[in-house]
Amino acid sequence: MLFTSYNFIAFLLILFIVYYSIPKKYQWVLLLAANFVFYSFSGWDNVVFITVTIISTYISSTKISNLYSGQASFLKENKGMLSREERKAYKDSIKRKQKLLLIICLLFNLGILAVLKYTNFVIYNINNVMGMFTNVELPFLNLLLPMGISFYTFQSMGYIMDVYRGKYPAEKNIGKFALFVSFFPQLIQGPISRFDDLSKTLFKEHDLDFKNISFGIQRILWGFFKKLVIADRILTAVNTITGDPDNYQGIFVFIGMIFYAIQLYADFTGGIDITIGIAQVLGIKVQENFIRPYFSKSIKEYWRRWHISMGTWFRDYVFYSVSVSQFMMNISKKSRRKLGEKIGKRVPVYLSTITVWFATGIWHGSSWNFIVWGLLNGLIIIVSQECEPFYAWFHKKFNIGHTFLFRLFQVARTFLLMCSLRILDCYRNVGISFRMFCSMFTNWNFSQVFSGKMLEIGLKKSDYYVLLAGVIILIWVSLIQRKGSVREKLSLKSEFVHYAVYIILIVAIITFGAYGIGYDSNQFIYNQF
Amino acid sequence: MEALLQILSDLHPDIDFEKHEALIDEKILDSFDIITLITEINEEYDVRIPVDEIIPKNFNSAKSLYELIKRLQDED
Repeated sequence: MLFTSYNFIAFLLILFIVYYSIPKKYQWVLLLAANFVFYSFSGWDNVVFITVTIISTYISSTKISNLYSGQASFLKENKGMLSREERKAYKDSIKRKQKLLLIICLLFNLGILAVLKYTNFVIYNINNVMGMFTNVELPFLNLLLPMGISFYTFQSMGYIMDVYRGKYPAEKNIGKFALFVSFFPQLIQGPISRFDDLSKTLFKEHDLDFKNISFGIQRILWGFFKKLVIADRILTAVNTITGDPDNYQGIFVFIGMIFYAIQLYADFTGGIDITIGIAQVLGIKVQENFIRPYFSKSIKEYWRRWHISMGTWFRDYVFYSVSVSQFMMNISKKSRRKLGEKIGKRVPVYLSTITVWFATGIWHGSSWNFIVWGLLNGLIIIVSQECEPFYAWFHKKFNIGHTFLFRLFQVARTFLLMCSLRILDCYRNVGISFRMFCSMFTNWNFSQVFSGKMLEIGLKKSDYYVLLAGVIILIWVSLIQRKGSVREKLSLKSEFVHYAVYIILIVAIITFGAYGIGYDSNQFIYNQF
Repeated sequence: MEALLQILSDLHPDIDFEKHEALIDEKILDSFDIITLITEINEEYDVRIPVDEIIPKNFNSAKSLYELIKRLQDED
C-alpha cells in the first residue's frame, strides 16, 4: 500500500477515527493490528520475514537482558564474598554468553537480508569473472525482497546491540516489541528509530490533541506536496536524461544531476514528512531525519544533516565497533611503529571510515554503483579531514570564513560535490557514470538548452513554471525553518490563515500533483533500499 | 591528567579542555576525534575503552574522560 494511494488515505482515516474512539489502553494494540494490515497488503510472504526477525530478536534480546539481571542479583547476593578476580571472571563469562547470543542474532537477521538482497549481485559478479574463461553462466534467482527489510532489520539490530551494551533492558512484552519493529509509517523508508527514543511515546496512552492533529496533518500535506508536485513531476526528466546517455551529455548531465538532487530531496524528505506527520496525529514522536542538508558547508556536515538516522546508526553500531575493536587497536600500534606517530594514529580512523562507507554504499543497493558511491564519500571525507590544517591556515590568513559570500561558496561547493557523487545513483553502471561526469567538462553543448531540447525531456513549459515555484517554496520554507518551526509560527496567525494554508496545499496537490493521488507507478525512491 | 589534556589539546588547540564540560553536546568532538582519542588513550594509558562506554556523559569533559580511564584501569 503506497503512501500516495487512495487505499492508504482511507486506511489512515479509519485508523485515526478508531484510534481516538477506543479505550486508550488499547491504542498500541490497534497500531500493531494496523501494522499487520498495512504490511499484509504487500503480500503474506513479507509478513513471514518480518515476523521471523521480530521473534528471533525478541528471544535473543530477552536472554541477553536476563543475563544482565541475573548477574546483578548474583553479585548483590555474593557481595563481599568474591575476590576481584572471581568477580571479573564471572562477569567475563556472562559477557561471553551475551556476545554469543548477539552474534547469532546478528548473523541470522543480517544473513537473511544479505541472502535476499545480494545473492543476485554475487551471481552477477561470478558470471562476469567466469565469462572470461567459459561460456557457462549461473542463473539468477527469483528472490523476494520484503518491503522495508533494510529498515526494519537495521532497527531491530540496533535494538539488540543497545540491549547488549546495557543501554536499556529488553522489552518484555512481545506485542510492544513487534509494534516497535513494524511501526507502519516508518517501515518503508525510515527513519531508523531507536527504541529508547520511540518507545517514550509509542506505547503511551494518547488523548485527542488538536495541536498534534493539525500539526500532523499540515506535515502530511507538506509531504504530499513535495512528493506529488515536485518529485514526481521532475522524475520524468531525470529518467529521460539518465536513461539515454548517448543522446543527453554535457550540459544535460549537469541539468540531470541538479534535477535528481531536487527529486531525491523532495521524494525522500516528503516521505519522511508524511511519516512524521502520521505519527504526530497519533501522538507519537518520530525523530527528524533531515536538517536542511543542502545548506551544509562541508560533506561531513552534510552527512550529519541528511538521513540522520542512517548516519548515526552506522556511526554507533559499525564505525565505533570497528574502530575500537582489539583488531583495530593492534593495527594502530603496528602502524604507529611502521609509519610514525603522525600518520600511524590516523590509520584506524581511516580504515574504519572506509569500512563504514563501503557498508553504507552496499546498504543502498546491490550494485557496484553504490559501492563506488560509498567509497568515494569516504575518500572525500578523509581528504577533507587531511586538508583541515590547510583550511585553518587559509582562514587565519585571509579571514573571510565569516563572510556571506564565502559561506555561499561553501554551500554551493558541497551541494555540487554531493550532486556529482549522486551521478552514480542515476546511470546504469560505473563506467557510464564516469563517462557522463567527464562529458560535463568535455562536451560543450550549452546552446542545446535553448534549442528546444529542454522540452523534449518530458517536461512542458507549464511543468517548469510549477517546478520553479515549488523549488522557490522549498527554499523559502527552509530559510524560515532556520529560525524555528514554520508550523509554530503559523499557529500564531489567525484562523483564516490556517485554513487558507490547508486549502492552498490541498488544491496545489490535487491540481499540480504530477499524476494525481492513486497513480502508483512512482514508489518512493528509498522504498527500494 | 596532564597527558590526557595534552592529547586533547593536540586535537583542538583552541579549546580550554580544563574548563569545557559539553564537548559532545556542543559538537566540539566529532566521531573522528573520539576514535583518535580512544587510540591515543590506549597507547598512553594501556586502557581499551569499550564501545558501550562511548556515550556523551563520558566524553563531555576531560574530567569525565579521565574518570572513565581510572575506572577502566581499576576494573582491569
